[in-house]
Amino acid sequence: MDGVILYSVISLGLVAAGASMILFFIAKKFRVEEDPRIDKVADILPGANCGGCGYPGCRGFAETLVKAADNGSIEGFNCPPAGSEAMAQIGKVLGLEVEASEPTTAVVRCGGTNELAPRKTEYDGPSKCSVSHALFSGEKGCPYGCMGLGDCVVSCSFGAIYIDEKTMLPVVIDEKCVSCGACVKVCPRKIIEIRPVGRKSRRVWINCMSNDKGAAAMKVCKAACIGCGKCVKECPEKIQAIVLDNFLAYIDPKKCIACGKCIPVCPTKAIKATFEPPAPKPKPKPVENPEPESEKKDQDEVNK
Amino acid sequence: MIKKGEVVKLKTFKLGGVHPPENKMAAGNPIEPVTLPKRVTVHLNQHIGAPANPVVKKGDTVKVGTLIGKGEAFISANIHSPVSGKVFSVDPVADGSGYKVKSVIIDVEGDEWEESIDRSPDLKKEITLEPSQIVDRIKECGIVGLGGACFPSHVKYMIPEGKKVDTVVINAVECEPYLTADDRIMIEKTEEIMIGIEIMKKAAGVEKAIVGIEANKPEAIAKMEKAASVYPGTIIQPLKVMYPQGAEKQLIKSVLNREVPSGKLPLDVGCVVNNVGTALAVYEAVQKNKPLIERVVTVTGKKLTKTANYMVRVGTPLSVLVEAVGGMPEGTEKVINGGPMMGKAIPSVDIPVTKGTSGIIFMDKAEARRKLTRNCIRCAKCVMVCPMGLEPYLLEKIADKERWDEVEKLAATDCIECGSCSYTCPSSRPLLDLIRLGKANVNRIRWERSKK
Amino acid sequence: MSKFIVSLSPHEKGKYTVEHVMWGVVIALIPAFISSVVNFGYRAVAVTAVALITCVFCEYLIQKFLMKCEITAFDGSAAVTGILLAFNLPSSIPLWQVVVGSIVAIAVGKMAFGGLGKNPFNPALVGRGFMLMSFPVDMTTWPIPLKSAWEWDIASKLDAMTSATPLGVLKEGNFSELPELWDLFIGTVGGSLGETSALAIIIGGIYLIHRKIITWHIPVLYLGTIFVLTGIMWLINDTANINPVFHILSGGVMLGGFFMMTDMVTSPMSLWGQVIFAVGAGVICVAIRLFGAYPEGCMFSILIMNAFVPLIDKYIKPKKFGTEVNYG
Repeated sequence: MDGVILYSVISLGLVAAGASMILFFIAKKFRVEEDPRIDKVADILPGANCGGCGYPGCRGFAETLVKAADNGSIEGFNCPPAGSEAMAQIGKVLGLEVEASEPTTAVVRCGGTNELAPRKTEYDGPSKCSVSHALFSGEKGCPYGCMGLGDCVVSCSFGAIYIDEKTMLPVVIDEKCVSCGACVKVCPRKIIEIRPVGRKSRRVWINCMSNDKGAAAMKVCKAACIGCGKCVKECPEKIQAIVLDNFLAYIDPKKCIACGKCIPVCPTKAIKATFEPPAPKPKPKPVENPEPESEKKDQDEVNK
Repeated sequence: MIKKGEVVKLKTFKLGGVHPPENKMAAGNPIEPVTLPKRVTVHLNQHIGAPANPVVKKGDTVKVGTLIGKGEAFISANIHSPVSGKVFSVDPVADGSGYKVKSVIIDVEGDEWEESIDRSPDLKKEITLEPSQIVDRIKECGIVGLGGACFPSHVKYMIPEGKKVDTVVINAVECEPYLTADDRIMIEKTEEIMIGIEIMKKAAGVEKAIVGIEANKPEAIAKMEKAASVYPGTIIQPLKVMYPQGAEKQLIKSVLNREVPSGKLPLDVGCVVNNVGTALAVYEAVQKNKPLIERVVTVTGKKLTKTANYMVRVGTPLSVLVEAVGGMPEGTEKVINGGPMMGKAIPSVDIPVTKGTSGIIFMDKAEARRKLTRNCIRCAKCVMVCPMGLEPYLLEKIADKERWDEVEKLAATDCIECGSCSYTCPSSRPLLDLIRLGKANVNRIRWERSKK
Repeated sequence: MSKFIVSLSPHEKGKYTVEHVMWGVVIALIPAFISSVVNFGYRAVAVTAVALITCVFCEYLIQKFLMKCEITAFDGSAAVTGILLAFNLPSSIPLWQVVVGSIVAIAVGKMAFGGLGKNPFNPALVGRGFMLMSFPVDMTTWPIPLKSAWEWDIASKLDAMTSATPLGVLKEGNFSELPELWDLFIGTVGGSLGETSALAIIIGGIYLIHRKIITWHIPVLYLGTIFVLTGIMWLINDTANINPVFHILSGGVMLGGFFMMTDMVTSPMSLWGQVIFAVGAGVICVAIRLFGAYPEGCMFSILIMNAFVPLIDKYIKPKKFGTEVNYG
């Protein structure tokens, strides 16, 4: 009995020792030398493999960064989810200075809610924007607007976009959005745009993509940009952030100072902002009306 | 000639196919004209290829047959005014898919035709033009394939060097259920079609023409066989009723037992395929100098009290046809432009008739809505019915997962979009919808690749 | 006016639905059920009813409380599984075992993979395999047909009421005790509920082929392979081997070939794939019958070939249009 235990312990021990020796030598011999900096960079990256950087996963991006650093610069590379802080950290690891890039976020550019752009037909098929887009102009009849089938929701790895049940339009949750651009790529009508978050999160954009002439656009959607150009005129002369092209206004985020003056002048309320717009300028009233005068007087008296 | 009760083994294609209920209610109705509308909208891209460029402007006066759009690209077609009157505007207008295409809108005034068009009903048998002149005339008159795809016809006869053609195949199959437009023209315009086929033979420089007709049109087969007896080389071939026999590749397989390889054209197996409606249009263009400005449209539906085959000018709003059959039936939920298997559901009846409009079908609630999608039960019915030998169930699955490289490997681009798979699927899966998506993406990827 | 519906073509829809397919199979199983009632009486009805109800109910519960998805338990697929499982059981089986087997068939064999269409193995055979391993004695005790038919309390009289199956007799080499071919054909032999009568199964199978629910390829090739292989063995040595007609009429190959191999979910998609599937299963079945420890190999042959289906589907593709060059 003792002998059996002894023999088996010895023989198994020998086998184990032999196997570990083999493993040890193989591990030594076939070891893949990897730059230790790749691991360090990959640790800083969020690890969500969202593809926002344009490389296959976070590790692929880390490898690219290290290679780029060896060539002297990692300028132009950005991990949208982690932001400029992480890029600065990576820069430190790789011994390079990195300029901070402005934080950005996704913005949906369609205001065709159920009320403003009533559905005229019913789509019956797979719940995919790409399929519906290839078939027809959509239930609302607007060939530029959101179809509300949620390809963007499926594409988002961060749960930062959802379809509002009332309006049937996508809504971006700013806190969660990392502006990786997956929704921008997937949207067949390109109504989602990556724009700078803006100072104090103040940003203004045209909430429409319609290139139709005013009357045709208004026919399908009451919130359409009709290309009237009022906002262009309203924009301060020094700034001129708004341009009108093909019956559609566009606010250049680089120039826009988010003063909000254009918002109240839009006849279709197609300009959207993340803040309360300033009160509209009081219209110059006819001279015959004495009331403003008296009011002013009253005010003056009070001040006295 | 098939007699009643006689059992004949009819030709058909071998791979796949389905047999949907035929529902050819309008088969007995002779072709009638409809009243001219007050305003017509003529799209400038009624064909495959580049849209025609407008050659008229607002305020111009046009006659019936006046050129209003010139097809300048290699694959393009001319567009002629279908009515006489004043051009109201040249603007983008929504087509059947709701997307805007450039169109000429004409206010109708009277019905004055261009003098060059021979409007006499006399049959003109003698073909005086040379082959190259015939092709030019077809091009001038803006003839496109009237089967639905609207491929410019003259391109088919510009046979490249080194390719040999031995047969003109005439597609008179009309395998789509409900539609009867081709059936009617074969019965009513038999002689004209025969001359049209002679013109096509001359243009292609061949002796042989085969007309494939499905056996559910006995009257048309009888008339065509009688008329063909005086034209040597023209054979009327009755075919077993099987969908999608009207697809180019399947028709060639049925009548000639030749298979067009993947990615190749009928030209590669020595054939030129034309619709029977096109044969009539070619006759009118070459012998009568009449451009393609009107076509036969079947208006039908199960709930319709009056079904009809109308001779309609291109650009007429569909609502005119709806009125002509006594209004839309109660509870109509879907209107289809074309046949029920490959036609397009349209968002409104305000859109105009185009060169490719073969029929209008009204469907009520019970037929209009798709059934609930269930899990795939791997019944292999889609594989069995696919006329191209593809695996629709697999294509759907991987297209849904957006694995386009695998979609490409499984030859999704061979799909002819006949819809047999979706038709037969017991789980009502959107097979063709996703295969189309896959096809579109594969084509996009290939295009991007070729650019590099 | 109501809104127009816009969808992609085709707008026409065939009449085939999942329900059409599944209830069609149930209808096709009626002749075999009648034969089982004639042969095995009350117990046949009880076992079938218990298996059917347990399967449907089990699927319903799983869909309602575990998967929280749409309830499709009544589309007939669970009913088919239940009936087929019952048809693979002896009539004397205790009913609680039937309940356990049904739960395993649905819960493990089908729903664990994601429900209808996702299971790699035939759920009824998974249930039967489980029962054969768990209750080997009860699963191989075969009441004598007709004689035992109208006895409810069969368990106490088992000794007097049981016999071996024809294949069991064959395995033991008692050629003289083998039943007549006619008995095999009409089903008055010992065996599982639904497998004994070749006649009833063939009627059901012809119905399925006629309704275009299955094609003839799988059953004909499966039975044909068994016939040919056992025939060769019989020609080589007709004293040690029984004739091939006996082989295809006895045991579960008829039921298996017409109803379980043709299960759409677990069979290959392409025609040539189906050919390989059927022939492969035939070879395995014969090998188990002639050289294996079990008298019957039908169940294992199907389960083993089920495992090969994904591989077959990956490599055997349907013939594409345009490959037959007959011009120029």
